Amino acid sequence: MTATLQPPVRRRAAQAVPVRLERRLDQPGRIHSALLPVGSLLLAMVLVGVLLGIAGHDPFAALSQVVSAAVTGQGSISATLTSATPLLFTGLAAAVAFRMRIWNIGGEGQLYIGAICAAGVGIATGASGLAVALPLMLIAAALGGALWAAIPALLRAFLNTNEILTSLMLNYVAGLLLGYLILDSTSYWRDMSGPTALVYPQGKSLASAAFWPGFTGGGLIIPLGLVFGVALAVLVFVMIRHTWFGYQLRVTADNAQAGRYAGMASRRNLVAVMMLSGALAALGGASQVGDFSHLLDPSGLQQPQYGYTGIVVAALARYNPLAVVLSALFLGAITNAGLNLQSATFPQSLTGVIEGIILFCVLGGEVLSRYRFVWGRR
Amino acid sequence: MNEPSLTESRPTAVALAARGVTKRFPGVLANDNVEFEVRAGEVHALLGENGSGKTTLCKVFTGLYRADAGHVEIAGRPVDLHSPADVHARGVFMVHQHFSLVERMTVAENVMLGWRRGSRFWFDRRAAEREVAELATLHGLPVDPATLIGELSMGERQRVEILKALCRGAKVLILDEPTTVLTPQEAEGLFESLRRLAEAGSAVVFISHKLHEVLSVCDRVSVLRRGVMTGTVDLREQRAVDTRELARMMVGREIELGRREREELVDPHADPVLELSELTVTGDHGNAVLDSVTLDVHAGEVLGVAGVAGNGQRELADAIAGLRPLAAGTVTVAGKPLRAGSPLAAIAGGVAFVPEDRFGVGLAPGMTVAENMVLKSFRSGRFSAGPFVRRRRVVVHTEEQLDGYELRGGPASVVGKLSGGNAQKVLLAREMSGEPKVLVIAAPTRGLDVAATETVRELIARAAEAGTAVVMISEDLDEVLDVSDRVAVMCGGRVTGVLPAAGADVEEIGLLMMGHTADPAGPAGTPAPADPAVASARAERTA
Repeated sequence: MTATLQPPVRRRAAQAVPVRLERRLDQPGRIHSALLPVGSLLLAMVLVGVLLGIAGHDPFAALSQVVSAAVTGQGSISATLTSATPLLFTGLAAAVAFRMRIWNIGGEGQLYIGAICAAGVGIATGASGLAVALPLMLIAAALGGALWAAIPALLRAFLNTNEILTSLMLNYVAGLLLGYLILDSTSYWRDMSGPTALVYPQGKSLASAAFWPGFTGGGLIIPLGLVFGVALAVLVFVMIRHTWFGYQLRVTADNAQAGRYAGMASRRNLVAVMMLSGALAALGGASQVGDFSHLLDPSGLQQPQYGYTGIVVAALARYNPLAVVLSALFLGAITNAGLNLQSATFPQSLTGVIEGIILFCVLGGEVLSRYRFVWGRR
Repeated sequence: MNEPSLTESRPTAVALAARGVTKRFPGVLANDNVEFEVRAGEVHALLGENGSGKTTLCKVFTGLYRADAGHVEIAGRPVDLHSPADVHARGVFMVHQHFSLVERMTVAENVMLGWRRGSRFWFDRRAAEREVAELATLHGLPVDPATLIGELSMGERQRVEILKALCRGAKVLILDEPTTVLTPQEAEGLFESLRRLAEAGSAVVFISHKLHEVLSVCDRVSVLRRGVMTGTVDLREQRAVDTRELARMMVGREIELGRREREELVDPHADPVLELSELTVTGDHGNAVLDSVTLDVHAGEVLGVAGVAGNGQRELADAIAGLRPLAAGTVTVAGKPLRAGSPLAAIAGGVAFVPEDRFGVGLAPGMTVAENMVLKSFRSGRFSAGPFVRRRRVVVHTEEQLDGYELRGGPASVVGKLSGGNAQKVLLAREMSGEPKVLVIAAPTRGLDVAATETVRELIARAAEAGTAVVMISEDLDEVLDVSDRVAVMCGGRVTGVLPAAGADVEEIGLLMMGHTADPAGPAGTPAPADPAVASARAERTA
């Protein structure tokens, strides 16, 4: 509006770059929405093929290996489901918070805390059997994650600190705590039973009675955590869409001023959402312990960066809890294929680039379905 | 100049013109083959409702938009405008509603800002001040070049904006709704300056939707309606043109605005429904933005609050609605004092509030009409089954409440896509649905077209007839005088006077708006002590 004194420099810049992103008027229809990801994926395949060719690999062989590892190969779907399980939890955690415009970047740390709590309770009660250990593990993890997330939430609500920074920084605290418990101390979580355990520190294993059972059938293994995750996705969806609590959250997310004007307890709601988000991420940590590792494994939890990937999962699902299930499966498939591709001749960094290209195309296609490029001046 | 034959025989030079300008936006034809012509030496009004395409046309003139078809002429020659700087170089300047001045710099510095001239390095303060002072006297725009902008009133700041343009050689001045921030006296001064500028040979485009202003200052009027130029009237030829006729050109049908006498509803012997006593609110810097305001409103009464924007009106509304903590004082509704700073207490106490920022405060624009309709009443249990929403009941409730409001759109419409008028209807319907004891409504018709304005004023009157005590805050003095029973005037956070609206003297209100406290013995009635010492002394006496 303040056009009276446009500096000449800006004018020249505006003329040099005559490209703008403009919101589309007609939102894409259903068929369009369904075709779009397919097109994006095809484009990604082409780009990846070109890249592989440049890198001196046979693009067709590599691509068919990707497809086989993710979907078609023997046991590939089970492997994809395994990769998708933690992403489902961290994706839900991010979706709940981001949908409400609360930027919880702390899913990573909350997942660690969940794993620590679940492992501790699991080790203590595992001998009493699954019926005791499973609910206790879940409760402990959810509580731990919620309390861990309450730290940045309370700071935001009462001191107006930036939750992006505080929740992110707490990830490092949680990560170091994880390392300390297993590598740098003789804590309850560490296995001290044999001479090798002192040289190669690792976590104490749960009693096998406390291992979470998976559902098997038709050559498929479905982890219990994944089932929990899908159930939680539905619950969260119903909460947001069909309860008055969810209504208040949506009002506050849409217009915080209106929420205050209507007398909603915005601080309480903020803390509640953040704690819910933390609990969801932490349950992902519990699932890692109960479903897969059966012990507290610092590098196994940290290396895949489930918490951060969860943000991508949530963004891809446009923060819709039900869509998070699909996008977690998709990212699980990519992760799984990446792991499978890695070999002596196929470096990890190249698989990283491939994953990046695929994500870039899918997210970019998503943006272009709602926006379009406009060339030239308006 | 008054002789029509003169104007025809000596056609003055065309200073700025639109020739068949068409500008299309997605879904809207903002300007449809618009022909518009301003001559040197005239004040030309561009009249139109909100959304009629006035702003779009001005943005085409100032190089911010490029016309899809047609072209702009400056000084009679077709021009290809690429940017505001291009336009400035050709002597066309626009003064926006929101000024672009640096508050911590002086008038002279602001005038010279971003404009390199003479020495490339040194800023000659004294030469600049001298030049600005000369120009100011020449054009009758009195302002001290050495004062900081922050110390100036809105009227003075506007003069600086105009000087800024004149200093850069403006031949055409476009003023966008210039009187919204002015007191009646300041507006009068502005009109005088504009006349002088025109007599000196400048062309002035005066954008407005206030008809009487247009009639008092302009030579010609062009009216836009839905992007189409519906006609140009020469006021020098056609003296008989009145507001009604212009309004018809603007809206396309007969409208009924102006003061409507209502039957006397107020029982002066009853206790007032809303009592504000010594309300004080502190601002960010510890200053009192609301300074011991004492007012009362009876059932069925509309109390209008007048004043130049930013003199505590917003704080007053927020304080009553519980959106701002009080430093002192109480809000009492029907004899019961409200807990200060609690929106929930105000809602429970029967205070309805239609804020001035409809989409920013009063509504959740991304949500549906139905969801917005229960924003305050969702706790009642009527719409709940345990923690769950009974959506069907919410929709039925919404339909019931909106019955008679002639809303374009239904319960499932997204509020952010409604027009300002429809949004205001949704707000009013919701606020009145709780059968409130008090209705606080701020800027009730800002940004609304004439038809919607008519409806909203009707709804306010209906609320009062239903026995609600209404506090209506508006910067539009005409509106305050037309709608209210009594007028409270605010300046600097204080109430400088309360007087009956019927037959109120605009001069006197203008003086009160500028902080001249009413003479307690005069007709204005309620005294508002100017300094705190007097206030406390008074409080002691009453105690």
